[in-house]
Amino acid sequence: MPAVTETIDTVQSLTEGTYKYGFETDIEMEFAPKGLNEDIVRFISKKKNEPQWLLDWRLKAYAGWLKMEEPLWAAVKYPPIDYQDAFYYAAPKAGPKSLDEVDPELLKTYAKLGIPLKEQAILAGVEGAGESPADSGRMPIAVDAVFDSVSVATSYKERLGKEGIIFCSISEAVQNHPELVRQYLGTVVPQGDNFYAALNSAVFTDGSFVYIPKGVRCPMELSTYFRINAKSTGQFERTLIIADEGSTVSYLEGCTAPMRDENQLHAAVVELVALDDATIKYSTVQNWYPGDAEGRGGIYNFVTKRAQCRGKRSKVSWTQVETGSAITWKYPSCVLLGDDSVGEFYSVAITNNRQQADTGTKMIHVGKRTSSTIVSKGISAGRGQNTYRGLVRVAPTASNARNFTQCDSLLIGDQCGAHTVPYIENRCMTAKTEHEATTSRIAEDQLFYCRQRGMTQEDAVGLIVNGFCREVLKELPMEFAVEAQKLLQISLEGSVG
Amino acid sequence: MLKIEGLTAEVDGKPILNGIDLEVPAGGIHAIMGPNGSGKSTLSYVLAGREGYEITGGSVTFDGIDLLALEPEERAASGLFLAFQYPVELPGVGNALFLRTALNAIRRHRGEPELDAMQFLKVARQRMQALSMPEDMLRRGVNVGFSGGEKKRNEVLQMALLQPRLAILDETDSGLDIDALKIVAEGVNALRAPDFSALVITHYQRLLDYIVPDRVHVLMGGRIVQSGGPELAQQLEASGYASVQAAA
Repeated sequence: MPAVTETIDTVQSLTEGTYKYGFETDIEMEFAPKGLNEDIVRFISKKKNEPQWLLDWRLKAYAGWLKMEEPLWAAVKYPPIDYQDAFYYAAPKAGPKSLDEVDPELLKTYAKLGIPLKEQAILAGVEGAGESPADSGRMPIAVDAVFDSVSVATSYKERLGKEGIIFCSISEAVQNHPELVRQYLGTVVPQGDNFYAALNSAVFTDGSFVYIPKGVRCPMELSTYFRINAKSTGQFERTLIIADEGSTVSYLEGCTAPMRDENQLHAAVVELVALDDATIKYSTVQNWYPGDAEGRGGIYNFVTKRAQCRGKRSKVSWTQVETGSAITWKYPSCVLLGDDSVGEFYSVAITNNRQQADTGTKMIHVGKRTSSTIVSKGISAGRGQNTYRGLVRVAPTASNARNFTQCDSLLIGDQCGAHTVPYIENRCMTAKTEHEATTSRIAEDQLFYCRQRGMTQEDAVGLIVNGFCREVLKELPMEFAVEAQKLLQISLEGSVG
Repeated sequence: MLKIEGLTAEVDGKPILNGIDLEVPAGGIHAIMGPNGSGKSTLSYVLAGREGYEITGGSVTFDGIDLLALEPEERAASGLFLAFQYPVELPGVGNALFLRTALNAIRRHRGEPELDAMQFLKVARQRMQALSMPEDMLRRGVNVGFSGGEKKRNEVLQMALLQPRLAILDETDSGLDIDALKIVAEGVNALRAPDFSALVITHYQRLLDYIVPDRVHVLMGGRIVQSGGPELAQQLEASGYASVQAAA
């Protein structure tokens, strides 16, 4: 075998071998016909037994989308997407009633994803299982699993229900809590907000819905696992979280997808609403399939996430660890309307091989004494391109508003790129904004120092990168933090030397 | 234990080491002295396996093993430790995590069980007390914001934890006041044992008052030009390197 081919094979096996979630589940699926038109929108709405107002809402979004143009301002490159060449609805056929009836393939999938067994039973829809978390000796996490277009099941519903907390798929919420959905859907991210948000509004299939009533502190972490499985399928999930006055919730989101040589579109919308004195902590570990070393395949992760701090002293904190996807385009943002409200954004984005990321945040200060903190850590390796793009806007009304932004970039190797594009628009004399940025590389002397102490090169890179990201990782809930640290190291395997 | 024969090395095509012969027996403490630019640091980096130094000739064996064929981490695992002249900063990496990761890497190699965080803390605290290091140095980033003396003590702490069989101290005395110097020297002396050897690289005789070497070698122009007992260091202190050069 010629040396060059051998090298390519080695690199390929290395990079592909490291994506742990690349398996595919062979399960009987139901698809809508390929392509996108008004009938597909109607099909999805009918499939979900939606009320007329929601169908109208979708159709309005679709009509708007047709007139919109794909945004091209992000610093990412990809061939044009054929929106007619994808399935917009894919769902496992059977809705299980007991563990025995659950498609074993679906169960296996959860096992492979590392979702704990107790919750698996619940996820598969078995009543009563795992409702006593005390005996398992670990903090319970309520899980909603979204498999392609549908939410498969949600755990700990009963226990949460006792506190008045609603945690279910958005399809269920439309059926059981239409008044809440109607009141809040699209109020943070309007249908026509942007090209992908409009597309999502027209064809969203599932996602999670959370409502925390007044004064309730959610007793466990809420979590959704998103999984794209089917071929040629786009995933368009929609998540809506409402924290009523004085309530607190921490929500985690994890994402994986099989390895395929085609690109798959993931265009989600997440809306958060925090009322007076409410706190929402939203954490993401995004590990969609990133494509192979040559840039074949991988998920296009084009996502709109936004929070409104409507209430006084409300607080929203976004934490994201972005290691996957071929392309990431997302800006989890906070609109700080309430006086003294607080927005935070902590981000680690890694691009290796041919991955591209254009990510950051928007902090829109409207209320008095609103404050925001942005800590962004970008890591580029291989031929990865990493852009931080952020906007801090202070309205004239936001007297004494404060913002602090810190953007650090770390380069590994000499073929990657890091870019920082911060916008600051301050229209208020009493507001203060600060921006700090650094770009560094893993220095040879740092690696040598670690290796002289007995660590392998890969361990040394992992240690240094985790150190670089520490400020962000410490914001993650414990269980996710450990996972994220390992993930960072895996994502960078083979990037040095 | 360490045997260097006819070692030549260059950096960017420029010869720095021009044929070094040196043998350090088990239990031996040898000092290498020499003026700036004589190749002292290059020698320590070549022995530890740093990139950017091209070996053009000669051999180095460590307990009969070809040291030059090993990766830096393999050399460390087989018992070679380099105390850096300029310890490197690792922002965000907690000193405790760093030390434990290093210790466990070495222990794995020796076939010893790894230490968990609690076991490690116990061992680390003992060693730190001996070196008069405040405990908060475990919580801070590796060498970040450490004073010159703290950095050097941190090196000696690592040495004490990793328990190497051959320690190379590259100008560990530079930038130390007399109290810190004594502490560092005590740290090294505490390791003295029949199977522990050290190569103490220094500019001045001062450190050798506290770490008394068996042999002193003078390195100049990439060669060892003179060797002798501890008295050679004193002689150099009195008359300078120029006298050696004239004699050589």
